[in-house]
Amino acid sequence: MTVKFLYFAWVREQTGISEEEIALPPEVKDVAGLIAWQRERGPEFAAVFGRDEIIRVAVDRKHALRDTTLDGAREIAFFPPVTGG
Amino acid sequence: MIRVQKEDFDIGGEVDALRKGRTDIGAIVSFTGTVRDGGADNPLSSMTLEHYAGMTEQELERIEKEARRRWPLAETLIIHRYGTLRPGDNIVLVITASAHRQAAFEAASFLMDYLKTNAPFWKKETGADGESWVEAKDGDDAALSRWEAED
Repeated sequence: MTVKFLYFAWVREQTGISEEEIALPPEVKDVAGLIAWQRERGPEFAAVFGRDEIIRVAVDRKHALRDTTLDGAREIAFFPPVTGG
Repeated sequence: MIRVQKEDFDIGGEVDALRKGRTDIGAIVSFTGTVRDGGADNPLSSMTLEHYAGMTEQELERIEKEARRRWPLAETLIIHRYGTLRPGDNIVLVITASAHRQAAFEAASFLMDYLKTNAPFWKKETGADGESWVEAKDGDDAALSRWEAED
């Protein structure tokens, strides 16, 4: 089962990816675990996801917290704090 | 009602459409957010708004529903633009209509505070020094916290 990952704003620019399909390893169970896993994907990912305090995550288009479960997730988005309005 | 669009909006036209044929409305508040130039020290040539299509609509609907739960509102409208805008251009429009002014004022303020901290939009500014992403302000979170005390 793959999950769609989406990246926005400078998270998209710095990872160089806007969208990808990922087969999530079973040991990644929540948002905190996912951020730790993303940090291991290469230097760009380490730099972006090392800024743990500023990275926001949405799971299936809802704002998620660090302990939000990924069980059954279809779409996960990564982005900086929003600046609309 | 919510709309996410590239096109500009007409504030007067939207107010007229919202109140047409209604006699139960006694107060209409509208808020318009526009692109501000940084002045001589920080001139802005354009601003580009990126958003998370799909989640944006869902978040705006959720915020609107929450406002209507908290205040007796006859009508609400949120329009948010995306794409490349120039100084002076419209970005966002919030209209609230109610029987009395207090609900309309408070709900408009609430909608903007929630929108600024929850709707997935990101602004990138292009100026004399190149491009830069706008950073979120602590003040926006503080503005939000005054509503949370009432939850």
